[in-house]
Formats: sequence, C-alpha cells, structure tokens
Amino acid sequence: MSGYILRRILQAIPVFFGTTLLIYFMVFAMPGDPIVALFGDKGVNPATAAILRHQYHLDQPFIMQYLIYIGGIFHGDFGTSFSGQPVGNILAQTFPVTIRLSMIAVVVEMVVGIGVGLVAGLRKGKWFDATSLAGSLLLISVPIFVIGFVLQYIFAIKLGWAKATVSGDAPLNELILPGIVLASISIAYIVRLTRASVIETAGQDFVRTAYSKGLSRSRVVRVHILRNSLIPVVTYLSIDFGVLLVGATVTEGIFNVPGVGRTLYQAIIRGEGPTVVSFVTVMVLIYLAVNLLTDLLYAALDPRIRYGK
Amino acid sequence: MNDIPLLSIRDLEIEFPNQNGAVKAVAGVSFDLYEGQTLAIVGESGSGKSTTAHAIINLLPGNGRIAGGSVTFSGRELVGLDPRELEKVRGQEIGFVPQDPMSNLNPVWSVGFQVEEAIRANGIATDKKAVRAAAIDVLQKAGLSDAERRLKQFPHQFSGGMRQRVLIGIGLAAQPKLLIADEPTSALDVTVQRGILDHLEGLTKDSGTSVILITHDLGLAVERAESVVVMYRGKIVESGPSLEILQNPQHPYTKRLVAAAPSLASRRLGASGSTAKLVDTDLVASGQPAAEAGAESSSPVAISVQNLSKTFSIRGSGFKSTQFTAVNDVSFEIHRGSTTALVGESGSGKSTVAKLLMGLESPSAGQINIDGRDVGKLNKHQMLALRRRMQPVFQDPYGSLDPLYNIANTIAEPMVTHKVGDRSTRAERVRELLDQVSLPQSIASRYPSELSGGQRQRVAIARALALKPDILILDEAVSALDVLVQAQILELLAQLQDELELTYLFITHDLAVVRMIADNVCVMSKGQIVEAGRTSDIFDNPREEYTRNLLEAIPGANIKLGV
Amino acid sequence: MANRNEHFVADFSESVVEIDAVRIDDRPSNLWYDAWRDARKRPMFYISGVLIVLVALVALFPGLFTQVAPNNNCQLANSSAGPVLGHPLGFTRQGCDIYSRIIYGTSTSLSVGLIVTVMTTLMGVLAGAVAGFYGKWVDAVISRIGDIFFSIPYILAAVVIMSVFSQYRNVWVISAAIGIFAWPSTARVLRAEILRVKNSDFVMASTAIGVSRFTILMRHVLPNSVAPVIVITTISLAAAIVAEATLSFLGVGLPSTTMSWGNDISQAQVDLRTSPMILVWPSLALSITVLAFIMMGEVVRDALDPKARSSR
Repeated sequence: MSGYILRRILQAIPVFFGTTLLIYFMVFAMPGDPIVALFGDKGVNPATAAILRHQYHLDQPFIMQYLIYIGGIFHGDFGTSFSGQPVGNILAQTFPVTIRLSMIAVVVEMVVGIGVGLVAGLRKGKWFDATSLAGSLLLISVPIFVIGFVLQYIFAIKLGWAKATVSGDAPLNELILPGIVLASISIAYIVRLTRASVIETAGQDFVRTAYSKGLSRSRVVRVHILRNSLIPVVTYLSIDFGVLLVGATVTEGIFNVPGVGRTLYQAIIRGEGPTVVSFVTVMVLIYLAVNLLTDLLYAALDPRIRYGK
Repeated sequence: MNDIPLLSIRDLEIEFPNQNGAVKAVAGVSFDLYEGQTLAIVGESGSGKSTTAHAIINLLPGNGRIAGGSVTFSGRELVGLDPRELEKVRGQEIGFVPQDPMSNLNPVWSVGFQVEEAIRANGIATDKKAVRAAAIDVLQKAGLSDAERRLKQFPHQFSGGMRQRVLIGIGLAAQPKLLIADEPTSALDVTVQRGILDHLEGLTKDSGTSVILITHDLGLAVERAESVVVMYRGKIVESGPSLEILQNPQHPYTKRLVAAAPSLASRRLGASGSTAKLVDTDLVASGQPAAEAGAESSSPVAISVQNLSKTFSIRGSGFKSTQFTAVNDVSFEIHRGSTTALVGESGSGKSTVAKLLMGLESPSAGQINIDGRDVGKLNKHQMLALRRRMQPVFQDPYGSLDPLYNIANTIAEPMVTHKVGDRSTRAERVRELLDQVSLPQSIASRYPSELSGGQRQRVAIARALALKPDILILDEAVSALDVLVQAQILELLAQLQDELELTYLFITHDLAVVRMIADNVCVMSKGQIVEAGRTSDIFDNPREEYTRNLLEAIPGANIKLGV
Repeated sequence: MANRNEHFVADFSESVVEIDAVRIDDRPSNLWYDAWRDARKRPMFYISGVLIVLVALVALFPGLFTQVAPNNNCQLANSSAGPVLGHPLGFTRQGCDIYSRIIYGTSTSLSVGLIVTVMTTLMGVLAGAVAGFYGKWVDAVISRIGDIFFSIPYILAAVVIMSVFSQYRNVWVISAAIGIFAWPSTARVLRAEILRVKNSDFVMASTAIGVSRFTILMRHVLPNSVAPVIVITTISLAAAIVAEATLSFLGVGLPSTTMSWGNDISQAQVDLRTSPMILVWPSLALSITVLAFIMMGEVVRDALDPKARSSR
C-alpha cells in the first residue's frame, strides 16, 4: 500500500510541473506580445502594459519567469488580478462559497445518481431501467448552461420557489437550485456507471455464493452488490471533479453565485487574461490534488491494493 | 436404512429465454437421493449437470427459470417455494460449494466476515463472541492452522486450495442434510485436488451428509460416489451404482465416456503397431499396455535442451523487484518421430520451457539445439527459417485464433509470412489442410466465433501444419476441451504423427492424458525436472515421491475395469 | 430411479450422440457482422440515424431549408417578435429570424465537432497504440504527457487558449484548442484495450509463426482494439459540439458575428425573463443534435459489447 501511495505521489510531481508549465507556456511563450494578446480587443494603455510586463518578469528568460511564478505559488502568491487585488485574497473570499456549492452538488449527484442507478441495475430491462436510461441520455445531451437557464426560468422566475440570483453571502438554501444544476450532468453519468457496475457485480460468482449461504436479498444487495459496485464510481469522482470545475464556472455565472467560478467567468467575459491564467492554474492544482486523493481512496476501498500479496 | 429419499427430482425442466424463444438447458430430469448417499452427476459442458444442481436451491444465473417438474426435499416442494422460505433452506438444510475458489469469495470483505455472515444467517450463533468462536471453528475444521489470524485476512491472501477449504467450511457450517458440490476441485492443481476431496469425504461421512457431486471426470465420479447419473444435452442417459455403470455401460454415450476417459483408458494411442481406435463403441478400455514405439531410440535427436534456465524480474509492491526463477537447469532430448510429454502443475515452469523453445522468450542460461544447431546463435533470417520447421498449438481455442480473421486467412497466415507460394497454391494448400484435420471446406470463409472449441483446435492444428513443419509444440492443447472432443483431437494428433512423421512436445498438467499420447515423460516441479523416462516406466515404477503423488492424484486411476 | 440400486438406461433411439458436429448457418458471424445485425434491430439506431442524416443535410445545404438569408433581413422593428408566417420561430432581439439562424448555425457547430473528432481520434489512436504496444519507456513518456494534458479540463484549457489567441477566433483555432486537450481520453481507452489484446494467444501464435511486430500491430492488435474507440468517437463528437457552444456562451468562442448556436444562446440570456423562447429554440437544436450522436454512441456500444452478444 505504501508503495502504491509513493508511486502515485511520484507520478503526480512531473504532472504538476508539466501542467503548470503548459498553462504558463500557452499564455506567455506564444509569439507576439502576450500582454497585448491577453487584452485582445480591449486594447491596453502603455503604462499599464509596462507595469504588467515588469510584474510578469517578461524581461527575463521564459524559464526564469516560470520558476519565479512557481516559486510564488509555494509562497501563496498567486499573482495579481486586473483590479489590483492579489489573487490569493480573492480566492480566500470566494473559495468557501464554491465549496458549499460543490458539496451540495456532490451530495445530490451521489444520492440521486447511485440510488437511481442501483434500482435500475437491479431491475434491468424493466420500465424503471428504461426510463432512467432515457432520462440520463437526455440529461447528458443538454448543455449545462441550457439546464441552468431553463431551471432558473421555471423555478425562480416563473414559480418563484428559489431566487434567480444568489445574494452576497450565499446562504446554503439559496445554493440548492444552482447546486442541482451543477449536479445535473454528473447525475446522468453516475446513474449509468452505477447501473452498469451493479449489473456486472450482480452476475459475479460471489453473489451467487452469498445467496447460497442463505443470506436475505436485502443483505446481499447492500453488503455485496452495492459495496463492490461503488469502486468504479469512486474512480469516476476524480474525473467528475473536472466536470464540476467547468460547470461551476458556468453555473455561478448564471446564478451570480459569488464563488471562484463566477470570478473566473467575469474575468473571461471581460477578457482579463492574467486573472484567467491565475485562476485556471489554481483550479488545475486543486484538480490534481483531488485526483491524488481519489486514487488513495480507491486504494483504501480495495483490499487487494491495500494488503498487496 | 431409510427408504424414503431425502431429495426427489421429477421431470425437471429448465429453460433460458432469449430473443428467439427459449433454450432448454434441462429437459426432463428425474432421480432420487437418499440420506447419507453421495451421488455424482457426470456430463460434459452443456449437459445441464450444473444447471440441474443449481436449480435445486434456485440459484439459476441471469434469466434462467424452472419451467416444469418438481424438487422435493425432506417432503417439501422446493419449486415455487416462497423466497423467504427458500432462504431458510439454503445454508441451513442445503449447503453449496462452488467451483472456482477465487471468484466465489468477495474480494473486498475479509474471509472472517464472509464466514461469520453465513453463521449468523443460519442461526448457528447470534452474539458476537459466539459467532466469532464458531467462525474460528469452521476455519479450523477446514484445516487452516492459525485460524484466528486468518479471519482478518482477505481472499487474495489465501492459496487456491485454502480458499476452497474455506468455501467447504462455509457450506457445511450449519450441518446441512445435503451438500451440493459443483466441480469443487476443477480449478485446483491435481495434487491439491485429492487432499480437498479426501477432506470433503471425511467431513460428510462423519456427519452423514448427503452429497451431490458435479463433475466432468467420470473417474472421479466413480471414485467418490456410490451412484452416478450421466447427463447429455439436458437429459439423463444412464444412472445407477457407480461401479456398475463403469464396468457395464449400456447407453452409447456412456460407453464413449468410459472409453475416452483419460484416467481409465490407459493405452498409448496409435503407436506404430496397435492402432486401436478410441471411440469404438463396443470397446471398453482394458488394461493392455500398447506396443512400444520402438523406432524412437534409433532416430536422430530433434530437440536437445541443455541446462536451460529462465529468471524473471517481478516488480514488487514497493520499488524493489524480486527475481523469480521459472526454469532452473532443465535438460532433455526429444527424438524425431516421438512424443515427449512435459508434465507439471501450475507454476512448474513447463509453459515457460515451451515459450523458450519457440523463441517467445530468451533464456537466461543454457542452450537449445534444434537438429543439432544452437538456436541462440541464429540470426534473424535463420531464426525465421527455423520457425518454419517448428510450430505451436496453444491451449485456449477461444483465444488462439484472431476473431477477425476468417479460417482460410488464419490457416494461410504462415504461408503468407514466409512468402510461400502464390494465392492459388495457398488456397489449394488450405483446402488440403482442412481435409487433413477433418473439417468441411465450407468453414473456410467463416470466423472463429462460429466454431466449437474442438473445431477451433483443429483449425489451430491445420495452421501449425501449413508449412509442413517437423516439430509441433502442443502447449496444453487439449486441456480446455470436453472429454470426448479431447479424445477425438488426440486421435487426430496420433494419426497425423504417423502420416507426417512429426515430433511432438506435449505440455500438460494431466498425467492421464500423458499415458495416452506420450512415449517419454519429463515430470517438472518448481522449474526443475524431477523425473524423466519412458512413459511405461514412469507409470509402473515411479522413483520420486513427487511423481508418485502426481500419479496417485489421478482420480479413478486405481479402479479396475472389466472383470 | 425408484430404487437406489437400479441401473437405468435411457431409450437409445431418442438421443443421437454426435460429437462436435459442425453447425454452420447461412450468415457469417464475427464481431462486426454481429454488431451490424444487432444495431439494425434497435429502434434507437434508426431514430438517431435519421436525425444525424437530417442534421448533416441541414449543415451542407442550408439553402434547402430556408429561403431567408440569416443576417440580411434583420430589422429592429421585428425585435423579439413572435412567430409569423414565413418566420416560424420568431425573431431575436436584433430582429433576425431565429429559424434561419439556427439552420445556418448548424454547419458551424457540426464543423467544429468534426474537426475536433478527427483530431482527437488521430492523435489519440496514434499515442495509445504506440504507448500500449511498444510499452516500457515509450509508454511511460506518452502516458505522462497524456496525464499532463488530461489534468487540465479541456474546456478550461480552451478558455485559456482562446483568451490568448483572441485575434484568431475561427473554427479551426477553436477546434484545435478543444482537440489538443481532449486526445488523452481516446489514447487511454485504446491503450487499455491494446494491453488486453496484446497478451492474447493469437498474438503469441502469430509471433511464433514469425510475423513481424509491426504487422502484428496493424493486422491483429489494432483491428481487435478499435471497438471502444468507435464508441468514444461518437460521444466525443457530441461533446465537441457542446464545448463550442459553451465557449461561445462564455464569450471566448466564435466571434459574435459568426452564426453559431452557442452565440445565439449567449445573446439570448439577456431576454430570459421576457422572451425565453429566443433562448429555447437554439438550445433545442443543440440538444437534439447532441442527443442524436449520443444515442448512436449507445447503440454502437451495445452492439459491440461482447457480453451482450447471444452466445452460440
């Protein structure tokens, strides 16, 4: 087990450097003046450009720039946004909100996704299964921003059950609708994954042996089928996080949730290149960390990895 | 002795619905089982033997269902019984031991957990301490020393034999009146098998448990059971006391089974001299030794292996890698025109020797000479030329043919690779080969998934013969086949050897098959050759203890046939 | 048997004992033939097939479906007006005909989808095949590179790239931006399949015959590994279309002058409260197109699934 953990961490290191280098490269190593390019159509006044150039050490060789940047990250310095505020501060303010939103999304998608998937898998071929499959197909096909708008229109504007835009301190109850929107695509994938996993597990030999021992159906389903089916779902969580990151950007934009995603969304819309880069870098780092954690969780769940041979 | 049967099955019918209707797996099976009796159900794959046994406690896979008939146990009708009542019957009154010890234990729960849940479910004990004590008791009875520590371990940390013992323990934990054992030893090594079966016999005789033993091995059935039921294509073709069935089979299918069972049919096939055909219906295997293949000692040496060794580096769970010696200083010779068998259990290194000979692995030490030339010193072209003379046939008929190549292309591939002939001569040769292996011409345009295991193996043999090699390396070539099909293929191989003057290296774990096909035997264990010599010598006078164990482990080998 | 010692023998004439008879029916059967037959039995195959053909036609020949040139007739007088004869879906805020914008937007979205898919499939197959088949350090390097690209969710990466290349916002650049980060998924899937197939006995048999490594890869391993990639391709086409729409929605996609469903949706959000349908129609077009490809992916996946095929 410790060998597994060590290997995973060692694999993560080159990926960490590679990814940050890639992002940095994409923005700052392209031909032409990156500052001008970052500000695109908006144009930039020369004084600001000069300040930014110095700030991003563009007078130095590329590798030096990158190393300085990475060094900064280890000191908690994530650069400065266009408005002049250190990105680190903005993160500290907005992060908790996004965490709350994501938690709601994760809880919803797990409960609904696994629940529906389990029942669909156990009743394969029956109407519940067919309906949930059709439903999941539909959910995957509709882009998240469309779902966001539609649900916003129906539940907030027309029915008035929720607020269309979230207020400044983003209390939990106002985050429920955006949370559901954020969870929507993932629900579909989790339903399908759980269903497939349940069907496969239910056909395994040890399930038949469990029944032969005289165990009741409910016990077999809970202890053997469900427990074993969850392993692939846990693996999916790490990819899911990537989906959530993108979704958060869109969802927070639509519902005006004051989280990390909305800040990124506004930075994108306003064309604030440097802010975009800083935020994306942070998000990716978190994504890497979550991936690592998920792998560790997976090892914890599967004794074959935990206890080796 | 009680004359009311414990279990009574009448006209049982089981079907599996599919898109075109339903496939009938069991079409009217009836038999009785009495208290304390051990009954074996024997059949090949597709006979319905496992399905029948599973149906008793309604463990049918997928969408299988009982379409008719009755199963009466202790006076109670089990077909259509309320599921909750059936739950009580399972485990408590009828126990079950499955076939494959690896896949039948849940890998994510500890062994102790899985034993304890059986104990609790069947009411053997209820409070935590008593359950734990009972679990330890089960493991101890299963022959596991150190039971308390073992409780916390996981299935992958046990060996195959130990896992099977645990499963047997679980099956018998509640002291049921009937135990259904579904091929309990097929997935295990031969030497382990005997131990497990003895253990099972001991436990059940002690407690007077009736046993239904399902097996494809007739010798095993007769050895372990008082009564035998022979099934073919979903029906019972013959049944009765075991010895009687064996010594006096009446139905044509049973006769073929008896004649073809490797453990019982103890003659060398098709040696120059005796050409007794195997599936002759009025022949019951007698104990006559075959005429020795006398030609071999004077014929030249085709393959010579000297001090061959192979060591693998296996990456451990950390960063170190361990060295694993699969083949350790192995030497032997094979004369042209003869068959040498390399026998061993799993892990003995026999398959690795085959791969070394075929150039699929390179040796760590030692020398391989084919027709006097050292294989290690050949360059690429010479190696390619050598491959024309030596071809393999592998074990798994379901994996050794490319599913997307049709049969004609599969057989022609060696010719295409070695640039032999043109399209029309190759097509001609394919036709010739199909005839040689007794396959109809019409399958040339078909694909492997349309053929049965035996047919695919014939295709593999045809492919191996395409370039007219001198040597065939048969790596467990018949191990995955049903008994009767196996006999057919062995017949074919013997015939081809005669016609084409082939040399065979036959690798197998099945000593009984060795007797039928090999002139010489090398017994391997843990990478080394333990004993080698002529087949008759090894079988009649084994010198090493390991060889003796191997011979004794053959089920039914000691049963005398005839009068 | 009524008596435990009775020797029962079934009637001979009933059962004919054949050993291993060759049973061939009239149609050849391998993975692809069977998959084709399987697919044709499912209604979803036809529904998605028809939809895909329809979408393709609309993309290629928009003039067939609408007489109205999309940007020429925008009159502010018609701003946000409802459906009227000749303009079945009404008008946008700028007074442009929604229906014709949707028709002309089809080719944009489909182009991006196709280019991305071709890119990711080619790159992914190449990377996955080389990594999986040749193994060792080649595999290690390619897998690490794949991990790096995989670690950045492709939409975020595309956002960054498009922010940098803001002067070059056209179909090709956007497709490249999406594709560069999407290939690792395909590569991983193919690599896993190749690892599985590589150890098959038929590969060993061909090696023993003397077939060269490269020929084995091209003739034996790749054809048997391709099935999951085909499934992923249909899904990635759908995902690429959604990605373009999302990028346009975020304002870093195609320029607002180009007609795309994403742009339409993005511009319509302002009027959500008052005229929601302006948003709904392009969303519907988008969803139906995506749904068609995903359904096709489902059908293909089930058809190619070895476990689902009826055994012989």
